[in-house]
Amino acid sequence: MKNTLILFLRLMKHIQRSPETIMSAMVQPILIMLLFVYVFGGAIKASLPDGVNYVNFQLPGILVMAIAYNTSYTALRMFSDKGKGIFNRLNSMPINRSSTLWAHVFASIVSSLLSLAMVFAAAFIIGFRSNANILEWLAVAGILATLSLALTWVAVIPGLIAKTTDGASFLAFPLVFLPLFSSAFAPTETMPAALRIFAENQPLTPIVETVRSLINCEPTGNDIWIALAWCVGIMVVAWIFAMRVYKRQT
Amino acid sequence: MGDIVIQVNDLRKSFKANHVLKSVSFEIRRGEIFALLGSNGAGKTTIVNILSTLMKPDGGNASICNYDVVHQPEKVRQSISLTGQYAAVDGILTGLENLVLIAKLRCVKNSNAVAVNLLKRFGLGEATDKRAAVYSGGMTRRLDIAMSLIGNPDVIFLDEPTTGLDPEARIEVWKTVKELSNSGTTILLTTQHLEEAEQLADKIAILHGGNIIANGTLDELKKLFPPVKKEYIEKQPTLEEIFFAIIGAGKAEAQ
Ligand SMILES: Nc1ncnc2c1ncn2[C@@H]1O[C@H](COP(=O)(O)OP(=O)(O)OP(=O)(O)O)[C@@H](O)[C@H]1O
Ligand SMILES: [Mg+2]
Repeated sequence: MKNTLILFLRLMKHIQRSPETIMSAMVQPILIMLLFVYVFGGAIKASLPDGVNYVNFQLPGILVMAIAYNTSYTALRMFSDKGKGIFNRLNSMPINRSSTLWAHVFASIVSSLLSLAMVFAAAFIIGFRSNANILEWLAVAGILATLSLALTWVAVIPGLIAKTTDGASFLAFPLVFLPLFSSAFAPTETMPAALRIFAENQPLTPIVETVRSLINCEPTGNDIWIALAWCVGIMVVAWIFAMRVYKRQT
Repeated sequence: MGDIVIQVNDLRKSFKANHVLKSVSFEIRRGEIFALLGSNGAGKTTIVNILSTLMKPDGGNASICNYDVVHQPEKVRQSISLTGQYAAVDGILTGLENLVLIAKLRCVKNSNAVAVNLLKRFGLGEATDKRAAVYSGGMTRRLDIAMSLIGNPDVIFLDEPTTGLDPEARIEVWKTVKELSNSGTTILLTTQHLEEAEQLADKIAILHGGNIIANGTLDELKKLFPPVKKEYIEKQPTLEEIFFAIIGAGKAEAQ
């Protein structure tokens, strides 16, 4: 546990000292939000019911995207540690081997949470408002935290198996684009049939819908359970797979 | 002669159809510098990886300080330190932070003081607070070796410690290795550099075709391969001697 903390603090230094991580993992989601709200927002609003606050509408999608961006950097950091022989050095030392992996996982989650906080702050400035109560906020936090844990385990896999830096980032790439093909930014009714079927059934849609309902104080219905089931399901499958890869390599 | 610290017996390892280690056996005594010579792809790194518990052998056994590398890896890790073929330093951290990181992980008290001392000893005092990413190849390697010394391990593996270094930096590393050995540390060093083995090693083993084809002191190896004929020639200076004569480094005397 102590070693996990030491290694975690090392990774936090990495995040803090690499401007490109901060730019693309923390600032980019905010820029995309500005793009949606101010460039596409006017047009998209036309197909939404009257009185919908578009900043609120698109926020869950941006939150998911922010988590995806951050976890893709986890893949890169792991790949770099492996490539430079830092994993080898740590694994030949008298410390618990899993602390190396968990340090990356914690760093990933903490950076996601920081990034989420920044997105919320920016959204508030441009007009995000919510009357959600404490329970609803806790539910939002719970879902986002579970999602970031799930996507972190997904990102660990390319981090461990990639042969090149490009490979590591390429494998994490779909995570960032998946939110675009969901109900996160525009209603699915206007999409072509095939895309619509995908958008309505992909895991991010119930997650986005649940977060949206919670922050808008609307009933979530079954979505919240479907969302949680997806998060936990992805997490368990990715975790088993990642552990298997990790064990095979060490 | 000290007691046996590293014992390797009939070690075997293949990657698919590539039989890298066929039957490798050797032993290393306390305080010895043991050089493992071999060309590219001979399997030197594979042996180091197995001994440092990073890889499992297919057969045979190996023990370090009487602990089996496969069955008691935690015990083995208490006694060893690995300096891999490619310097494993964290470029985003400073030299000091790199050393403090390892010191903390090894539960060394006064990690900061230990780190500062090592930096001085390795001539990195000036670069203490610079990020390791801006270090030269030689500085990076010295930092890398310094990181391996923390916690005073009994056994140190140095996988091609001087590859890519200029002659001066190489001699610095040699000096460090000799000092370590004098203080009782057992050193397994791999190299492709024949002179390095000559300069440093108490014992030299040649790994070729998956087997150790020769193993002994330099004199023993010389006896194995007696000169075929005697020739009397004027001794020409080696390029290395010329190099040092020109740059006037007093360090050449270290030889
Ligand atoms: N993880 C691995 N998977 C598959 N093949 C491997 C693996 N590690 C090493 N090999 C193969 O084993 C052989 C020996 O490799 P090794 O790295 O031990 O050689 P080496 O003596 O250290 O060479 P070099 O001087 O180039 O460092 C090579 O043919 C290499 O391709
Ligand atoms: Mg090698």
